Amino acid sequence: MSFLLAVCFIFGIGPPEAVKACDRPNDAGKCILLSWKLSPDDAGLKSYDIVRTDAFGKDTVVGSVPSGIGSFTDESVRDNVRYTYRVVARQDSLRAESVASGIAVSRAQWFNKARVNVLVALVIFSFLVFYFIRHARAGRKLFIRRIAGLDAVEEAVGRATEMGRPILYVPGLAGISQISTIAALNILSEVAKKTAKYGTDLLVPNRDPIVYTVALEMVKEAYTEVGRPDMFKKENVFFVSDNQFAYAAAVDGMMVREKPATNFFMGMFWAESLILAETGAATGAVQIAGTDSVHQLPFFITACDHTLIGEELYAASAYLSRDPLLLGSLKGQDWGKVVILAVLVAGSILLVLSGIKGLSFLHVIYSFFNIS
Amino acid sequence: MMKQGIPRLLCLVAGIVMIVQFFIPHPISEKIFSESLRWVRIISAFALVLGVRSITVHHGTRIIRKSSGWGYSLVALVAMVVTAVIGLFGGVDPHATALLPTSIGGFSFHLQVLYANLMVPLGATMFSILAFYMASAAYRSFRARNKEATVLLVAAFIVMIGMVPIGSAIWPKLPDIAQWLLNVPSMAAKRGILFGIALGSVATSLKIILGIERGWLGGGK
Repeated sequence: MSFLLAVCFIFGIGPPEAVKACDRPNDAGKCILLSWKLSPDDAGLKSYDIVRTDAFGKDTVVGSVPSGIGSFTDESVRDNVRYTYRVVARQDSLRAESVASGIAVSRAQWFNKARVNVLVALVIFSFLVFYFIRHARAGRKLFIRRIAGLDAVEEAVGRATEMGRPILYVPGLAGISQISTIAALNILSEVAKKTAKYGTDLLVPNRDPIVYTVALEMVKEAYTEVGRPDMFKKENVFFVSDNQFAYAAAVDGMMVREKPATNFFMGMFWAESLILAETGAATGAVQIAGTDSVHQLPFFITACDHTLIGEELYAASAYLSRDPLLLGSLKGQDWGKVVILAVLVAGSILLVLSGIKGLSFLHVIYSFFNIS
Repeated sequence: MMKQGIPRLLCLVAGIVMIVQFFIPHPISEKIFSESLRWVRIISAFALVLGVRSITVHHGTRIIRKSSGWGYSLVALVAMVVTAVIGLFGGVDPHATALLPTSIGGFSFHLQVLYANLMVPLGATMFSILAFYMASAAYRSFRARNKEATVLLVAAFIVMIGMVPIGSAIWPKLPDIAQWLLNVPSMAAKRGILFGIALGSVATSLKIILGIERGWLGGGK
């Protein structure tokens, strides 16, 4: 090190070379990317200063990076202004300045090219869903595999009716913007129709005020649809608290006091999943859970009688309602999985082949599937 | 028709705008996205009023009917009113002067004090109960009743022992085996589930945007 410093002091230091500046692609503008070839004396350097020159010739030091680094992102630029950059290698009082880069202009983009693969996947998947919906609308029969957890819904409602106890339905703890909450509310609608038919009480405690208002409307509508609006009890669908553990404590208390014959836990859950499911199991209730949270699934599988795993939660409303349009979309989902499997196999083969000399161009096709 | 038509139209337009927005990095597109998030927050604030009304009606009915555990409902209502009054008239800054005094002598009942000394320990208590529930759930699931449960028991035992220092003391390769179990078979299963969830989410979104799935509108056709 000291030898390098001595050489630098006697002979001066070499400047960085090949400074390149360009607009960062696929962004909202106000950003220029810089790269350069390190100084030949990089090991003895302290840092590289980045000097920006604007259209009026004014120089500004916009940043500094330690030696060994050959890139910089300037996020202090204005859009549609022409800039050039120089990189100054520094070692105490010694300085070596690079040649100025070419002109770079930052611009906001109107299309994120890095997401073309997502767009292609969306188009293919949408096509599959629409194709099978059309297929179903034409009256063709679609085979849907049995889902034990959903087959048990009817039985669970019947059990509650026989025992003269209510049914507890927890529509998850997430807000309405979560797809799992919407899926849970769709299932609630089907469950409510069954409870209305059997004349069983349905308790729906909510953590989110918006989910509460939607749940209230759905249950009311379900009772009306089966011709039992008189059976609907407004006070049975209610908001509890938006605090996670306050909600869990309140629902636990309800399970212990009211002793529901059946508990449904559908939607998004966090740490309270096991608190709810274990309390329910201790009261002897039949429990049916469904969540798309992979971290909570083991808890539900352990403590509940039936668990809808991931996508089964989304399939539930179609499965229960047997609406051909909804069933068609399920078929589309299945074919979407076939496409994903094919892409996985093709991607693996391409990656292996791209390692062979002369076939490296295959890496370009492989990179298309990378999501950024 | 109007009851469902307008919300469905709004849903269609908002859904398509949000899909298009995902592919446009321009500041205008970002502005639309951040503005829509603000709208969601504002709507949530309005919905909270409905939530408070629901709490009042629900617990009020229980108290009037003297349902089982009505005393808890009384505690819930009193706590809600007292906290709201302290928050509204006592302010949220303990050092600022407010309409309502929030301390008597050295005894403070300021909103922050209530939160730190009631809500936080109560939440922590509920969370800590999880440890006991985990033990009982683990006992139930790890009983070797059949082949699958035995595999689960063995895998769980290896992972648990491999993750603690005594694991490497017993056999130095045990932590590696535990990590392999988590990284390969467990991760493979998780990813399989995640693929299904991703496709399910997109399909459900499409159904909602296009009005095929109308349950969220309160059911009906």
